[in-house]
Amino acid sequence: MRAIVITSAAIILSAGSIALLIINFHREAQYFSLDSPYIDKAILFIDTLLTGYIFYMGWRYKRYIVSGLILLQFLIIIFFEMKYGPDIIVDHALFVDKFSIIMALIIGVVGSLTSVYAIGYMKEFHLQHKAEFKDNRRFFSFLMFIFLSAMLGIVFSNNLLWLYFFWEITTACSFLLIGYKKNKEAMDNAFQALKINLLGGLAFLIGILCLYRFYGVVELDKAVYLGKLGAMVPIAFISLAGFTKSAQMPFSSWLLGAMVAPTPVSALLHSSTMVKAGVYIVLRFASALQGTMLGFVIALTGGTTFLIASLIAISQSDAKKALAYSTISNLGLIVLCAGVGTYEAMWAAMLLIIFHAVTKCLLFLCVGTIEHRIHSRDIEDMSGLIISMPKMSIMIQIGMVGMFLAPFGMLISKWAVLKALVDFNPLLAVFVIFGSSAALFFWVKWLGKIITVVNKEQGLEDGIGRIEATPLYILAFLTVGLCGLFPFVSTALIQPYVVEIYGITLTMSQGNIVIMSIMLAMVMLFPLSFVNYGKRVKVVDAYLGAANIETSTRFRSVAGGVKDMGMKNYYMEKYFGEAKLYRFGILFCFIFIIFMFMVLVR
Amino acid sequence: MIMAYIVFAPILGAVLSGLDRRLTARMQGRVGPPILQPLYDALKLIQKENLVVRRSQNFYILFFLIFIIFTGALFFAGKDLLLVIFALTLADIFFVLGGYKASSPYSIIGSQRALIQMMAYEPIVILAAVGMYMVTKSFYIADIISYSKPLCYYLPGLLFAFIYILTMKFSKSPFDLAYSHHAHQELVKGMTTEFSGRTLAAIEVAHWYENILILGFVWLFFANNIFAGMALTLLVYIATIFIDNTFARAKWELTLLSAWGVGLLFGVGNVIFLFFVKR
Repeated sequence: MRAIVITSAAIILSAGSIALLIINFHREAQYFSLDSPYIDKAILFIDTLLTGYIFYMGWRYKRYIVSGLILLQFLIIIFFEMKYGPDIIVDHALFVDKFSIIMALIIGVVGSLTSVYAIGYMKEFHLQHKAEFKDNRRFFSFLMFIFLSAMLGIVFSNNLLWLYFFWEITTACSFLLIGYKKNKEAMDNAFQALKINLLGGLAFLIGILCLYRFYGVVELDKAVYLGKLGAMVPIAFISLAGFTKSAQMPFSSWLLGAMVAPTPVSALLHSSTMVKAGVYIVLRFASALQGTMLGFVIALTGGTTFLIASLIAISQSDAKKALAYSTISNLGLIVLCAGVGTYEAMWAAMLLIIFHAVTKCLLFLCVGTIEHRIHSRDIEDMSGLIISMPKMSIMIQIGMVGMFLAPFGMLISKWAVLKALVDFNPLLAVFVIFGSSAALFFWVKWLGKIITVVNKEQGLEDGIGRIEATPLYILAFLTVGLCGLFPFVSTALIQPYVVEIYGITLTMSQGNIVIMSIMLAMVMLFPLSFVNYGKRVKVVDAYLGAANIETSTRFRSVAGGVKDMGMKNYYMEKYFGEAKLYRFGILFCFIFIIFMFMVLVR
Repeated sequence: MIMAYIVFAPILGAVLSGLDRRLTARMQGRVGPPILQPLYDALKLIQKENLVVRRSQNFYILFFLIFIIFTGALFFAGKDLLLVIFALTLADIFFVLGGYKASSPYSIIGSQRALIQMMAYEPIVILAAVGMYMVTKSFYIADIISYSKPLCYYLPGLLFAFIYILTMKFSKSPFDLAYSHHAHQELVKGMTTEFSGRTLAAIEVAHWYENILILGFVWLFFANNIFAGMALTLLVYIATIFIDNTFARAKWELTLLSAWGVGLLFGVGNVIFLFFVKR
């Protein structure tokens, strides 16, 4: 029954977002005024409940910082409402433009696929952990949809007070979802996420307060307009909030901790929601940041995050953690683009958002399913996956190549970033160049691990339900399909928005698009070569430097016993170890953020 | 130009490879094989039986060959340099995955070392493209070669860095970690350990194509005078043969750290210099 409800809700949600695209396909941005005192009252009411709940949780688990932060925010809101409430004039509370539509499509399609996947996953999850965790799936699905709704609220709100309200709802939802398992680790990490995001919420609120106090507006479009005229203080605070939500260093710890949650939650947080809200809000201000010192410092923070997180990813053998670092690095890249703020960077950032959402969701969901079957999410345990779980391994391979290899989406985006940076300031490109090389190494060694053949049991795939598998197929199809549709995505969605903001846009030259398409077609031919599987070749045993025993993976050791061959990947702990590099990243980005505000004071 | 590349690049590559063997032999006080020996070797390999460990391992090599030819064609057709670099990466990744797929410990370690090398040289290759863009204001090779002055005049640091990583691309000492052309290595034949017959021949041919492409990249630094540029490029090639015969094989740490060091110092240094001088 729940499966039917969730699936139909998911279908309605995706259909709705696609319908939105079709309806607004040829329209410019539209602003709506919605003036009703009841809405503000309702928001205040829900806000009060939310505050009460979080305050109580903080108290009960002795996290007084959390309680303090939420109380402080609430007091500011009350003060704000009491003092200015009646005077605030909002011309347009809601709006729709191409950027909102892109975000809505991501939330609607990728988000709902995640929720559908969660049905099958959570069933399996509770079967495997019957004794450990309480089955609270009803609440879980409820939260996922609240989360998606709040995200839609964020992308359509022009009234920053409303945006802030939805922002806080996503914070609360992520707290509850991360803490779903209710054990100590889950609660610790959930509170960590809550703490950092509440800090961001506070920054957001201060930003709004400044905006109203000094300029008398609380609307997003007006804030951007004022920003272009030099009103940088509110932008700095709101960007700081964006940093916390998009897990930029030094605020990345919460996203790494969030992987204790069941995998669909990670997929949701990493791809379609939460972190994307963070980069969304920073990107909204990109045009105002262009060429400013503040923008440059934001770009440096993003660049450093990208580089350091990419380097750390090399040393990670926990699949979910490695993916988390990859997410952090890609978000850094988007923030870098936002800080640069030129039309080229904007175009690149939008591409990154779209491709990253689809591909990263696919990867997380694959890892979730694989983890349930091999009972490990260590990359080293994934060797021979091509034999034990052929279908899953193909899905995850599509996701991986989608993340770094030509001619797939993320590489097109990185290419666009590179071009944007070279035109703006080539020094920022250095971050991208070195970070991308590290990412290349990290992804290929994982990919290689999956296709190597070792002694492994077969048929681990039996019994993966259709409801769990279908979202994976759709996402894999989207990952490849979006690359083929890339010219359409660019001309129909991204360029109109960039033109709207900058009056000028960028596109990939026709010749390059043709070349990319040829490459894509050629890569797609690769599976075809398998019709020749085993033909015109003679199969022999691998050379193991000793006598093979029946297979290519066993040999007779010097001592006389029979040994299994084992292979491990390089992780280069000494150079790319998490502990050391992470501290570096925090230090640098912390300095940049202090610098961000010093720039303002001057 | 594309047809010329597809037809003549392997022949030229084989001749250069033969020259390499001859020169190396002379340096070691041997006579050395005929110049066309690599070609004879490849022709002989094609007739041999094709032994595999894993039935799909050869497909990766086939696509390695196809994409190398594709990349070279893009390069000599004067297309976007960044696109050429990405296509080359794609091709090389197929080779690396072939090594992984073969599932022999030697080929897998070889593949990983090849990856480390890619991570080491990739920044310098892209920085070189960025440097060329900063001078000529275009990523198109057709525009880059028609620039009025030799690019090495503006990009000496990047040229040095590029030569530094050249032995990785040619799999020569000191950076022949992944597999080496010499008879024995601590990894048997590294990445190519489990390939034989036509497939091994395909790897050889792909390398001839790739070497010509890489030399084409070197040539971009001197491209405004076609023939002098070619002469200088040949000189660089001979220099790598010298280096090959002078140095012992480096470990991966030295490979990675030194290449990134050179990239940061000379590559990024050059870019910074250009940024402040040439705007």
